[in-house]
Amino acid sequence: MIRRVCVALTLTLVLCLPPFVGADSASQPGGELHFCLRGEPKTFNPLLVEEDASEAIRYLTGGVLIRLNRQTQALEPSLAVSWKVSPDSRTIKFQLRTGLHFSDGTAFTSEDVAYTMKALMDPQLHSPTGDSFRSGEGQVEIQSPSPDTVAVTFPAPVAGLERLFDQVAILSAHSPKKEMAVLGPFYVADYAPGSSVLLRRNTNYWKKDKDGRPLPYLDSIRLDIQRNRDIEVLRFRRGEIHLINTLDAEYFDRLQKEMPTAAHDEGPGLDSEFMWFNQVPTAPLSEPKKNWFRATEFRRAISMAINRSDLSRVVFGGHAHPAFGPVSPANHFWFNSSLPVPQYDSAGALRLLAQAGFRLQDGTLRDSSGNRVEFTVITNSGNKSREQMTAMIQQDLSQIGIKVNLVTLDFPSLIERITRTYDYEACLLGLVNTDLDPNSQMNVWLSSAENHQWNPKQSKPATTWEAELDGLMHSQASATSDKKRKTDWDRVQQIVAEQQPFIYLVNKDAMSAISPAVVGSAPSVLDPHAFWNADALRLGPDAALGAQK
Amino acid sequence: MNPAQKAAAVTLCVIFALMVLATILVPAPYARQFRDIPNAGPSRAHPLGTDALGRDSLSRLLYGTRVSLLLAPAAALLSTLIAAVLGSAAGFLGGSFERIVLAATDISLALPWLFLLLTVRAMLPLDIPPMASVIIAFLMMGLLGWQASVRVICAAARGVRDSDFLLLARSSGCKPIRLLVCHVAPNLRPLFYAQFWISIPLFILTEANLSILGLGVMEPMPSWGNLLRGFEDFSAVAANPWMLVPLILLVIVVMCFQLVLPSPEVIQ
Repeated sequence: MIRRVCVALTLTLVLCLPPFVGADSASQPGGELHFCLRGEPKTFNPLLVEEDASEAIRYLTGGVLIRLNRQTQALEPSLAVSWKVSPDSRTIKFQLRTGLHFSDGTAFTSEDVAYTMKALMDPQLHSPTGDSFRSGEGQVEIQSPSPDTVAVTFPAPVAGLERLFDQVAILSAHSPKKEMAVLGPFYVADYAPGSSVLLRRNTNYWKKDKDGRPLPYLDSIRLDIQRNRDIEVLRFRRGEIHLINTLDAEYFDRLQKEMPTAAHDEGPGLDSEFMWFNQVPTAPLSEPKKNWFRATEFRRAISMAINRSDLSRVVFGGHAHPAFGPVSPANHFWFNSSLPVPQYDSAGALRLLAQAGFRLQDGTLRDSSGNRVEFTVITNSGNKSREQMTAMIQQDLSQIGIKVNLVTLDFPSLIERITRTYDYEACLLGLVNTDLDPNSQMNVWLSSAENHQWNPKQSKPATTWEAELDGLMHSQASATSDKKRKTDWDRVQQIVAEQQPFIYLVNKDAMSAISPAVVGSAPSVLDPHAFWNADALRLGPDAALGAQK
Repeated sequence: MNPAQKAAAVTLCVIFALMVLATILVPAPYARQFRDIPNAGPSRAHPLGTDALGRDSLSRLLYGTRVSLLLAPAAALLSTLIAAVLGSAAGFLGGSFERIVLAATDISLALPWLFLLLTVRAMLPLDIPPMASVIIAFLMMGLLGWQASVRVICAAARGVRDSDFLLLARSSGCKPIRLLVCHVAPNLRPLFYAQFWISIPLFILTEANLSILGLGVMEPMPSWGNLLRGFEDFSAVAANPWMLVPLILLVIVVMCFQLVLPSPEVIQ
């Protein structure tokens, strides 16, 4: 009897003791992290991911050979301990970690890498991730001479080849669970459509912290599906969720007032907002308008007459920065830092316009034939910041006598006009950029490309500078040294700044919100901003949900 | 008129007067951006503060009232006219014509009007000035908003069709057009008025809905609809309660239009 009491007392004492205290005395392992996905995940197959919700799940569950460190922007070994790219940029050889297992216990070998690459490059699968590897016609050859070595050879050189593997989550060739067997820090344990996705700790995850303790620290992550951003912010303020991966400027300011330590602005991100003029020769526009839009002086003058600082300050509450060109300063390696800072100069714009034969008469700008300069900017309806930017551009350009009309269209109608009928004059849109490498922009800068938006799908370059852009883009894509690629890409940025085919307006800041209850967070400008190091996140001593009680 | 109707009529008159005198009353042009003071609170220079781009909110409210209150009745008039012609003729003539009109009404009632408006808006030329886009938006509403009224008017006309006074007129050699214009329509006039007054707030709200979707009145022109877009961000409204003024005005005007509607016995 006494022995039983002693055992019971011991058990009670053990249960009453504080849980295991980790390296950081202010935090503890375990617990459940909560945050929201802004849409339903369309797939759990990592090879078919094409939208944000699925991408978040792929990031948290998928094991990759090489991981891009979101903070240093350097590549780090992950499932591969080392890799080597051949001088012709066609072959990459990986040395794999040994003794690893998928979440269901299946062993990880080079066979899994070969299986994944075959599936990825299968044209029948239509993998968006696989598309970025397709550099030329032909088959991909995969050799796995030993369980820990694999070599992948592509039919043509792929520039920045190793970076692309950051997106390739390795599948198991033998697991009965198919793509649900993962090598990442978490696995999908439960999915309630329309409600939430529950990720649990993968006990077979290979990574350990510096003290040798297995990662991840968290027991689970619950991802609530919540499309409404107002409600997401409200839930964060109530302490129902721990983080918001992407915050808009207006919410950021309000959160910062209430919870200064929770709101994080990491400075300019990779996303940009820009406008362009329709230069398609067959577009149903009047001849004078076509001539204005083709004139470099006209485009440069418009660019000079737009007050980007005001756009950043008023529309984005100071949480955006004037954009230089196609590469944000956040992209440390590829940004051309010698580009001139965009300046607002309406007098300079008028001088440029005068050189091109335009004249200001009674407050109205007219071309050399006396036509009033007036054009319509289209943008997608429902996007408040784009509508506000256009309204500000209206006022800026009215200073140099140009009348701007704004028309908002539903997105399908807008896409129809800019890609098929070309029945528009100017368009203002944004680009969400997740890839640092210039190769990801091949489909924009090649004159034959579909996304060469101002004049797409050209059979041959319409201008000498577009011909030069084509040459530079091909050259950087086939170059084997980063130095040569950087030189070519710098020149591309310079041409774009001179010719202004896209008038870049602002780079929005990367903003996120992280509850003080989360320990180990290090917000980054690259996506995912707030949970890129999810395997190292912990919940603090006040692990109960609660930024604010 | 009962006291509530009188109060509603006076309120509407005051609002109309403010709207007409907007040019004199406004502190600044509605499109001018005071970029140094976006989202400012009420002040002497800007009694209702400024919007997100620093534009004077009072000026935008008064001009927005002008746009919404002038064009909504115009759209209501157009839709009531269409409904009056089709409904009276269908009810009076009866037979296959009535069936065709009612079938057409049923079909058009079944159409997803919002998508229809979106499609029509997308097909319009882009290089139209903001005022023209406003007029087109209301014109579309007028042309597409007659169906419910047709059914009501048709039912009333059917009731008149077999009345003694029409039998008398017919027997004295009155032709169908004359019967319709001189005998049927005057008897349905109270119904026309009612449909007109009911349609006005409906069109005001439709414009507000379209503008909230970004498909109504284009920037920089204000309307109640695009002023109400500020409510997308409801937490901002709590911090800046003066942003509620356009909503309060909309509610007052819609209520006044409902109250001022004459009762059938008064009309008759």
